Amino acid sequence: MFRESPIIRWRNYSDRYRLNGYKCTKCSAAYFEYKGLCTCGNLDFNEVQFSGKGKIVSYTMIHSGPEVFENKSPYCVALIDLVEGARITAQVMDCKYEDLKIGTEVEAVFRKFYASGEKGVIHYGTKFVPKF
Amino acid sequence: MKVGVLGIGITKFGEIWEEGLRELLLDAQLRALNDAKMEPKQIDALYTGNMCADSLSGQLHIGAMAAENLNLDKPSIRVEGACASGSLALRQGVHSIASGDADIVMVSGVEKMTDVSTEQVTTALMGAGDEELEGFNGLTFPGLYALLAKAYMHKYPALTRELLAEVSVKNHFHGARNPYAQFQNEINIDTVINATMVADPLTLFDCSPITDGAASIILASEATAKKLGTEVYITGSGLANDSLSLARRKSLTRLDAGHAAAQRAYKQAGITVKDINFAEVHDCFSIAEIYAVEALGFAKEGEAYKLYKDKQTYFDGKNPINTSGGLKACGHPVAATGVKQAVEATMQLRGEAGLRQVKGATTGVTYNVGGSGATACVHVFKKMK
Repeated sequence: MFRESPIIRWRNYSDRYRLNGYKCTKCSAAYFEYKGLCTCGNLDFNEVQFSGKGKIVSYTMIHSGPEVFENKSPYCVALIDLVEGARITAQVMDCKYEDLKIGTEVEAVFRKFYASGEKGVIHYGTKFVPKF
Repeated sequence: MKVGVLGIGITKFGEIWEEGLRELLLDAQLRALNDAKMEPKQIDALYTGNMCADSLSGQLHIGAMAAENLNLDKPSIRVEGACASGSLALRQGVHSIASGDADIVMVSGVEKMTDVSTEQVTTALMGAGDEELEGFNGLTFPGLYALLAKAYMHKYPALTRELLAEVSVKNHFHGARNPYAQFQNEINIDTVINATMVADPLTLFDCSPITDGAASIILASEATAKKLGTEVYITGSGLANDSLSLARRKSLTRLDAGHAAAQRAYKQAGITVKDINFAEVHDCFSIAEIYAVEALGFAKEGEAYKLYKDKQTYFDGKNPINTSGGLKACGHPVAATGVKQAVEATMQLRGEAGLRQVKGATTGVTYNVGGSGATACVHVFKKMK
């Protein structure tokens, strides 16, 4: 499937490895990953490096994952509001799920995601850990 | 706008191992033709909803397949809008007639899902979300609605775990009265709460199943429909969109596209929520039905729980919701669902819904959602004297 492709994630490396985002030059709305046209109508963005600090807005424990995450289940995925204003979808790890709450403060960490097949490229990205 | 419903056809929903994609589609098509007492050559155009045939069956070109099934060379197009594919096909059919391009149109929806593993289906369905922003992080479809459920129940704690389970209990009650339904058994709140966890807080019984099935409906212009003595008409069609990913939505506790689609359809049909006798809505997960009844205006945001507390959503209640059993009990062959909703609405208005018949129904709506709310499509069905 597409997830086996060695190149599919390549163009997002810079954003995902360093947690880079885009801030609209007009209304200051912040986006994680490329947006292109801001909801305010502006086309110009400044690239920003997010601090990686944020708060959980919602979260869940996934017990039945898709193919590439199948043997990693269960794992926690959350919606996180970064202090810079962007909302990001990411896994939360290195904690007890029961200890998490809406509002829990979290911090970004660099982590392995999955490998494209046995001999394929290993994909990395940003996950989060709680700051209790 | 008025477009007549000449005929309806639906296969049994479930694990239909003996029939492939093509056979399921043909089965529904022939049933609709039989119901309308028509020959294939009377069809001017075909629109067929399908989401997953390419990823699950290796088959694209569903438009050509739908025409070939009936030995037709007429215009035939596949329509895809994730889980809303069926209602988008219906809308295209309506527009094709409204534009004057066609007089009689066949709209179908078909999905063949049980030939592959659950993990493969999970991956395919996640194509309805945002692959780069959500899928990459291991988010699944139940996961998306679990995030919505968690946010909603945090903001509106009046929707308790027990009341959320009432959605599935009621839908199974209706499914037990629908011979086409995948699950024709009643369940109770404990069945839902104690079931295997899929994505916290949603258990297996909060989730619609993996289903094979197809549905077809034959539409005609008002003039032709009147000549044939047709009773049921589509009088409004509303469509709205929102961001693919949840992270880019304005709100997590309402689906803006659902509200907008409902208002557009009501406006076109010249109705308000008070005129509606029943609704077929998109309960891919129990929490989705809560969002649906609020989007359609049966309850204000945060107050849908009241309808379930008072058991108003049963077929003999004040606001019957999902008399077919909904996606939960009737099953969810993804793109067939939007057309199935239209079939159920027509059966209700014709008075053919048997043990789940809403008495004296004259106006019904269908509400079909794609993804976690990135597409919402609402149709208004009316019985004309």
